[in-house]
Amino acid sequence: MLEHAHSRAAVAPTTIPASALHADARTAAWEGIARAAISGVVLLYLATVLVAPLVALASELTRVGLRAALNALLQPNALFALRMSLVLAAIAVTVNAVLGTLGALVIVRHRFIGRAWLSALADLPLAISPVMIGLSFLLLLGREGWLTPLFDHFGIKIMFAFPGLLIATLFVALPYTLREIVYVLEEIGTSEEEAAATLGASPWQIFWRVTLPNIRFGLAYGVLMTLSRSLGEFGAVLVLGGSISGQTQTATTFIHDAIEERQSAGAYGMAAVLAFTSVALLLTLSWAKRRRQAS
Amino acid sequence: MKHAAYALTPNRGERMLRHAVVLYIWALVALPLVALLRFGLREGLVALAEALRSPVALSAIWLTLWTSTLVALINMLLGTATAWALVRYRLPGKTLLAALIDLPLAIPTLVTGLMIAVLYGPLSAAGRMFEAHGIQIVFAQPGIVLALLFVTLPFVIRAVEPVLMEIDKSEEEAAKILGASAIRVFRTVFLPSIAPAVLSSGIRSLGRALGEFGAIVIVAGNIPFRTLTAPVYVFGEIESGTPRTAAAVSLLLLTIALGLHAAAHAIERRIGARDA
Repeated sequence: MLEHAHSRAAVAPTTIPASALHADARTAAWEGIARAAISGVVLLYLATVLVAPLVALASELTRVGLRAALNALLQPNALFALRMSLVLAAIAVTVNAVLGTLGALVIVRHRFIGRAWLSALADLPLAISPVMIGLSFLLLLGREGWLTPLFDHFGIKIMFAFPGLLIATLFVALPYTLREIVYVLEEIGTSEEEAAATLGASPWQIFWRVTLPNIRFGLAYGVLMTLSRSLGEFGAVLVLGGSISGQTQTATTFIHDAIEERQSAGAYGMAAVLAFTSVALLLTLSWAKRRRQAS
Repeated sequence: MKHAAYALTPNRGERMLRHAVVLYIWALVALPLVALLRFGLREGLVALAEALRSPVALSAIWLTLWTSTLVALINMLLGTATAWALVRYRLPGKTLLAALIDLPLAIPTLVTGLMIAVLYGPLSAAGRMFEAHGIQIVFAQPGIVLALLFVTLPFVIRAVEPVLMEIDKSEEEAAKILGASAIRVFRTVFLPSIAPAVLSSGIRSLGRALGEFGAIVIVAGNIPFRTLTAPVYVFGEIESGTPRTAAAVSLLLLTIALGLHAAAHAIERRIGARDA
């Protein structure tokens, strides 16, 4: 109470001494300078680091020619690489949508030994360099790998083949859906599910009618992130797949090889396709975010 | 309780499901890392240290460490300034800029590398301009820094933005009325609130930069002792069939990356922020 009265006294204009008013004007002037300086530096920073590279790619694409880029993209190996990336992303999205949901439910709502470890492990792919992910799998499944005899026995080829690409993609994309849903589940708690159970709903009904509708935005968000991350993965896919044209080449490794072979039309064309896709995904993502906030 | 789809005491089916999930995550994430650890330590720590003694490897590790640290510091400074400007100032094209800031998370890193190579390459206007002043960007260290700045751009901005938005206006006004200077207001009102977020997101951008491969491999030119970074060096060693040195450098960087990850995580937990 006393404090309140005190602050009100300080606000009252009569109690502000002339020197303080003077200081106020000085502060305002300083703030104006700071505002101009910070705005200028920030705009320059964003223009150099973020906007200029995007513009450069677009202008380079027009220099090479849209027609030439399109022609290069319609070559069989380019189409193959594009399709390969789409297939990998589609599988990663499906697997992660299911396992991300289950994993999040397990991590948030189950209590068992090693739960914290599981949560930490699921986060780990975000912290590891793609090249080192590739190397680790190479040491596990490569020529002298630990599990190689097992897969050889069944005649399954992993390295430099489709399974290698898929494992790499699944690894890097693992955290996205799971973390989104963990976050949502922690926010909403279990009271709605408890109410449903009290009213006699079966666990199956509870999942489809209560849990799933509650996490739908988190799930959608995770799916979009997974899609973008899977389409863009490069290092791990390069190490594990070897980027064999027409066999294990993906959209990103196609760009890499096209640069090495100085086929700029193909490189810029494919890069533009991927950049355009990520912009589209990003816009959808921010739309989903706004929807989530609105609901 | 019987209906346990949501509860802490799962039924049998849910326990089976849990085992499947646990198995999947352990097999996918832990198994390869254990394989890397086992391979790296197979001949003992001395042999591991020996493998790190190659001058090329050492210079690559050093290059990666200093460029990443520089990038993290720039992010902490300019990322905070950007978040500040986005939250408090009116900027031209602000809506567009705010939307663009997440782009580095969505765009493939290889495309990032290509964009920077195009922008500052010998054929571009910007590249020629810098070259005329004796500054080489592509196939040189500035190119590495620019590529890392692009891929880590959102980290600090996105972590600091929500904290700045939550700061109570009345605190700031009170400080001003009491005659505090702008710098003092920033130091006493804003800095204590945003410091943990700046630090943890700075650490995250450092960890991310240490492992970056796609954005660098095209821009840097990968010249040993000059522009060969550690991840690109590891890739080269894998390609040339010498996984021993590749594993040694990887284990060193991985240890640093996991330490940073844990540190950032600990700070985020304390301030109750969501992981970046």
